[in-house]
Amino acid sequence: MKRIRSLTLDGIGKSFRDVHANSDIHLTINSGEILGLLGENGAGKTTLMNILYGLYQPDSGHIIINGDVTRIRSPKDSISLGIGMVHQHFMLVQNHSVAENVALSFQQSFFFPTKPIHKSLLGFSEKYGISVDPEKLVWQLSAGEQQRVEIVKALLNNADLLILDEPTSVLTPQEAEELFVILKRMKREGHAVILISHKLEEILQVCDRVAVLRKGALVGESDIKDVDKKGLARMMVGRDVVFDFDKDRVQPGKPILRVESLVIRNDRHMEAVRNISFEVREREIFAIAGVSGNGQKELVEAITGLRRLEQGKIIVNDEDITNLSARTANNMGVTHVPEERLRFGIVPNLLLFDNAVLKTHHRPPYSNLFFLDYPEIKSHARRLVDTFKIDTPSLNTVVRNLSGGNIQKLILGRELSGNHALLVAAHPTYGLDVGATEFIRMRLLERRKNGGAILLVSEDLEEIYELADRLAVIFAGRLMGIVNPAEVDTSDVGLMMAGSLDLLKAGR
Amino acid sequence: MKIHLQTVRRQNVTTSQTIRTVAGSLLAGFLTISIVFLIKGVNPLYAFGRIFGGSFGSFYGLKETITKSIPLITIGTGLVLAFKGKFWNIGAEGQLLMGATCGTWVALNLGPLLPGALTVPLMFLMGFIGGGLIGAIPAILKVRFGTNEVISTLMLNYVAAELVQLLVVGPWKGETQHGFPYTDDFPQSAVLGLLPGSRIHAATLVLAIAAAVILFLVIYKTRFGYEIRVIGENPDAARYAGINFFKNLLIMMFVSGGIAGIAGVGEVGGIHHHLSYPFTISAGYGYTAIIVAWLARLNPLLVIVSGFFFAGIKVGGDAIQISLGLPGATVDVFNGILLLFLIVGEYFLNNRILVHVIRRGVRAKEGN
Repeated sequence: MKRIRSLTLDGIGKSFRDVHANSDIHLTINSGEILGLLGENGAGKTTLMNILYGLYQPDSGHIIINGDVTRIRSPKDSISLGIGMVHQHFMLVQNHSVAENVALSFQQSFFFPTKPIHKSLLGFSEKYGISVDPEKLVWQLSAGEQQRVEIVKALLNNADLLILDEPTSVLTPQEAEELFVILKRMKREGHAVILISHKLEEILQVCDRVAVLRKGALVGESDIKDVDKKGLARMMVGRDVVFDFDKDRVQPGKPILRVESLVIRNDRHMEAVRNISFEVREREIFAIAGVSGNGQKELVEAITGLRRLEQGKIIVNDEDITNLSARTANNMGVTHVPEERLRFGIVPNLLLFDNAVLKTHHRPPYSNLFFLDYPEIKSHARRLVDTFKIDTPSLNTVVRNLSGGNIQKLILGRELSGNHALLVAAHPTYGLDVGATEFIRMRLLERRKNGGAILLVSEDLEEIYELADRLAVIFAGRLMGIVNPAEVDTSDVGLMMAGSLDLLKAGR
Repeated sequence: MKIHLQTVRRQNVTTSQTIRTVAGSLLAGFLTISIVFLIKGVNPLYAFGRIFGGSFGSFYGLKETITKSIPLITIGTGLVLAFKGKFWNIGAEGQLLMGATCGTWVALNLGPLLPGALTVPLMFLMGFIGGGLIGAIPAILKVRFGTNEVISTLMLNYVAAELVQLLVVGPWKGETQHGFPYTDDFPQSAVLGLLPGSRIHAATLVLAIAAAVILFLVIYKTRFGYEIRVIGENPDAARYAGINFFKNLLIMMFVSGGIAGIAGVGEVGGIHHHLSYPFTISAGYGYTAIIVAWLARLNPLLVIVSGFFFAGIKVGGDAIQISLGLPGATVDVFNGILLLFLIVGEYFLNNRILVHVIRRGVRAKEGN
């Protein structure tokens, strides 16, 4: 079988109706090279990769492999050409073992190919340092291990070119490091790798070259040694970006939120949060770091009144709100920027102004006992659109049509309006582009300065280090320590996230 | 040559696209129904002529159509409310029957004692409460135990029908009815006034139109309507916003069922003047109203139009039964086919189908 030595995108263009998702893109990747593909959300990275993977057909331009114009009509074509893709969300059967998940790549054999699987896994382990236990069930694996299974699947299909879409978004820093080691070994073995990311550090750390997309066009391409973080960010956003926010020194005030010995069960009735206590004060951003699925979701739901406690107490402004309803929690001053914003934060099929009062519609001035006051609601929505720079055709737009960043601005604006004591923000910048992220972080800091207490739940250590005054790491439902981020470096935080360092138990 | 289909969700749906899709769905439905007529050896054009001539083409037909549109409009608006909350109320038939039963109780027991000005409002009030109570049961079951409302509302139809049957052959069987399974005829104070020369019971017609207008305002202008729409469009967000599911769904289904109950009172008070077999009282209005609500695209004001349209099909169906010798079930086939096409049309309205025709290296693309 012919190996991919070089792959060239030659003038690729793709439009959806009037939107140019890609226009005239020229890009080459060679074997033995890691290419970073950088761009904000909506810049056209995904469209470009879907064209390469055969999901879309380009309107113009060609794909050239080893000098020959090649047509990729479907993912099947692209797999047989030697292109493999690791999606952001893993495509694995949770209740099957690793061996069963990769067996699909051995379609020729009639019996279950136990031996070939073991043999190839051993080979990959020697060649690239990818180790996975074929007998383990997928749900028992960590996110990093699951990702390795996905890479193994691609390699079994003889992938010469591996595309990874935001691969580190679900990993701890240590797991990300391990992934980078694997990628570098693959590069040395002659594979080509495309790394899609919006994290500048990791692009700078592992890639050989970087290509930057903005608004569907290639705005820059460079060897990695010729660029720095500032320059990349400028290329990506089209202007200078603030990285080190001027965090005003403010003195935290009295405690706003106190949680005491919380025990919370998840939907499967297992203990997801085990005996957690902390407090969040005025003018303070208290961050909870951790890999997702370690109890953050349940903790946030309990504090915002969406989930009942098994044990413990939640006190906001000296009032006990334990096991009261979400509306009571909101009336008592708790607001909430939820994770999975499309699912929880908005009603996609309702209009922008309807969504602007999702949690306040039941209070004056937006309604009396029966009727909603739409003129008042619309002027409120207008204020949100103006102050939070929400890019929308009108107030009557169905929210489903807004971009992720604008939806998040709408949610944040809604939750920050009114004088609430506590803001619970879960992954507030997850999946957002650099511009929107910067905007939202500045708003959070502004809130802190104006006396708000903020509980920030995030997986993004960079974000936590930029914003948080104090930092707690959660692992398996327990806090591994509460530290001042200025005094602890990220590798220790990473160890805590992986559960290997427990400061609370160690008595520090 | 290969054909590759791809569905893409539409970003924006314009009013004209909506109108065209609904029109297209109806047209496709009528074409399919034509096949049914052809199989039966009837010229479809002639059949359609008879149907719509029978219902809209004459003064008599028009009066009958208005009469039959009363329950359809009434129930249809109530269903719109429930459907807005994505609560699939299939139980309007039973809710209508319970309304009719409660109205009958008032008519037979209080009618002889009270003047019409008191009896009739009391009948409507009790009918509303009766339909509302049986409608509220599935809401409680759903919120408390997660019971699927399609099953529970549908099953309660049979409960209500059997109850009515039990009453008319048993304890409520009228002594003056010569052994027929009817209750006694209503006293004059409980009989709804008709428009002269017709069977149109004006009080219920006014209530039907009022229900459509009021529910329009409720759905789009009130806190309650807003919360119902949020629950229907995104239950997760509704929970996040602290919206009380139990209270809202309970009120919603009480109103939805209650309105069907009002239609039931109209049927017994305006047309039959006694309670009898369930299928005599209702003629499937509770089911047809589902299609009425759907054709109106869940807009209570449009229900007035679509209710009138389906009443026409019902009246015309009776006409062809007589003149063409087709079985009475023809109209049900008619309605079922139309609903099917309307639902399919809904899908095509919200999704674009891209057809890729791949011919050895040459590609053509057609959008739909």
